[in-house]
Amino acid sequence: MKLSVRLVALAALVATAACAPQTSGDTSSGKDEKSGTLRVWLFQEVNNKPKEQVVDSVVAEFEKAHKGTEVTVEYIPVETRAQRIKAAFNDPKSAPDLIEYGNTDTAGYVKDGGLADITEEFGAWDEAKDTDPTARQSVTVGGKVYGAPYFVGVRALYYRTDVFKELDLKVPRTQAELISTAKKIRAEKPELYGLAVGGAYTYGAMPFIWAHGGELAEAESGSYASAIDSPAARKGIEAYTSLFGDDNCPAAKCAGMGGNDTVTAFASGKAAMAIGGDFSHAAVEAGKVKGKYAVVPLPGVKAGSIAPAFAGGNNLGVLKSTSHRTLAVDLMKRLASKKTQGELFEAMGFLPTFSDVREQAAAKEPFVKPFVQTLEAGTKFVPASPAWGQIDSSLVLPTMFQEIVSGKKSVAEASGDAAKKMDAAFGSAG
Amino acid sequence: MSAPVKSEPLGRARVPVPSGAPRTSPRRVRRRSAGPWLYLAPALVVLGGLLAYPIYQLGLISLFHYTQAQVSGGEPTSFQGLGNYRRLFADPQFWQVLSATVVFAAACVVSTLVVGCALAVLLTRVRALPRLALMLAALGAWATPAITGSTVWLFLFDPDFGPVNRVLGLGDHSWTYGRFSAFFLVLLEVVWCSFPFVMVTVYAGIRAVPSEVLEAAALDGASQWRIWRSVLAPMLRPILVVVTIQSVIWDFKVFTQIYVMTNGGGIAGQNLVLNVYAYQQAFASSQYSLGAAIGVVMLLILLAVTLVYLRLLRRQGEEL
Repeated sequence: MKLSVRLVALAALVATAACAPQTSGDTSSGKDEKSGTLRVWLFQEVNNKPKEQVVDSVVAEFEKAHKGTEVTVEYIPVETRAQRIKAAFNDPKSAPDLIEYGNTDTAGYVKDGGLADITEEFGAWDEAKDTDPTARQSVTVGGKVYGAPYFVGVRALYYRTDVFKELDLKVPRTQAELISTAKKIRAEKPELYGLAVGGAYTYGAMPFIWAHGGELAEAESGSYASAIDSPAARKGIEAYTSLFGDDNCPAAKCAGMGGNDTVTAFASGKAAMAIGGDFSHAAVEAGKVKGKYAVVPLPGVKAGSIAPAFAGGNNLGVLKSTSHRTLAVDLMKRLASKKTQGELFEAMGFLPTFSDVREQAAAKEPFVKPFVQTLEAGTKFVPASPAWGQIDSSLVLPTMFQEIVSGKKSVAEASGDAAKKMDAAFGSAG
Repeated sequence: MSAPVKSEPLGRARVPVPSGAPRTSPRRVRRRSAGPWLYLAPALVVLGGLLAYPIYQLGLISLFHYTQAQVSGGEPTSFQGLGNYRRLFADPQFWQVLSATVVFAAACVVSTLVVGCALAVLLTRVRALPRLALMLAALGAWATPAITGSTVWLFLFDPDFGPVNRVLGLGDHSWTYGRFSAFFLVLLEVVWCSFPFVMVTVYAGIRAVPSEVLEAAALDGASQWRIWRSVLAPMLRPILVVVTIQSVIWDFKVFTQIYVMTNGGGIAGQNLVLNVYAYQQAFASSQYSLGAAIGVVMLLILLAVTLVYLRLLRRQGEEL
């Protein structure tokens, strides 16, 4: 017995030294077939039928243009997309050729070795020149392009017209006015939150940081360095966290809220104002407040200015492992073309990533006007670093806001700690 | 540690052997040592595949720098030695989470055992109908999936619509905001879903105790508490050991309840326990190697707790 235990231990030791955990090696296939089946993964939206119709017509045209090709489109649930896409990177054989992905994931997927570099094709695409700069930034990592912007999402200020009229309030024109208006409403109507905010609502908080001249991180010789604890950023954090409290949104309830929670609070009539996206429009319309609200761009620090918003949205990208590169790029261009984006806007309300298409859309649908204004005023994007995915999923910024609003740490302390964590992530992920 | 005991084949460990005396004939030893292993082989193969291999992989991954980029071939894998463990032990949050986990698990184990044993004794004292009702209620709690149970508890304690606040007249008090009240809420749910196992097992144990013994104790004028302490508990010790170890392992590994009820670790991560922390590191942040290191640490802690507990009992001369 003794001997065999030793043998096993020895064998285990040898095995440990000899073999590393599994990896899939270099995933690029090196092939570029001109016919066969192309597999596409798109996100499954809440009401997916209109999207399917738009996509189907594009696919039909594509199949007509390229003889001997077939396209299968699969709609994957948004909640499990991270696992699905990671699995696709791990197993190139069963991976699709073309995927839709959230634009904050770009840098991470590039580092994972999942997305193909299509800088040349994107540069040669005649429609690409009208892509707005932030959307272009969201597909660019280290000067190379890894996809085509599919649509953008941006947030603005929703407010209750009936409450404002009843209390004789004016629409806030600066962030200071926004905060004082919110507190006035809460004082008059204690059953409402003045402005619904959430400790875990990072993308709602960022405009406050940016409006005060702060940044999340600054590019520094190929990598990034956190700037979340700079004096300007701290001012923005202070402004945002001052909205938590019994005089607007009690910390006990609001500290744990995320973006959806604040929109739900507004839609169900529990808040007089909220920061919501163009994509929240349908949810608000379906709520109690239908017909009793309006949307304006979120004000900046100076009167009449607009706070820089986070440019969210999705991109389309070709996988490095595809064996139909030319075909996949062509299909990507067709799915992200001006024409398709215009149709997608009509079908789904997704804001186009081309400035000219967006203007036409705004002319047709008045509700998108404040969002288009916000986009035109200039938007910002998260650091294009693979570390961002890690910072986002390890909840660095929500933790910072929650530490401040629950009184555990001061703004200086919490932002300093967050900066340290961000720098550690930038350091390890590059 | 007594080394000779350890090297004996299983099942013979406690046979008292005078030192130096010939034990058995060599032929019998040989046959004995091969036979049991042959019979155990199928189970060992299954265990090896389902237990040993994953643990081996876990340990292996924890020694490398292994993130999504390495898995999907974006970057080469590199051997880190104990680097992941060094990073983990240097992280103050890890120690804070570890101590919170130990205290929380201990509170859960004690509460579960107290509630489970008390209700088991109660079961033996009530009539058939209430006993059936209690049994069914307990089985219902037991059969409820953790995620459903957690969600329902969250509804019960909801600040705006929850019946608990209304009954207690607490207004819109938020139970999940404070660190201790959030842990308390989760503790209630954990106890609720794990006491039935203790109750049913201990109840079965009590039923197996000869009634003469209990009768004798009662005739001697022993109180309920005294009967439990001096008669039932010692006789039930093997059962109590099993349920305690089970509870320690379950409660140390609690995941669903914390993840669902405190929304992934509470305000600013104040309600993180080791398992949720490992999940955050390993899967949400794709740092598989760091998550594996946390897993190994957890495994070692649980093994140590269990071994120490078993040894303590063995020293008291208890058969298991």
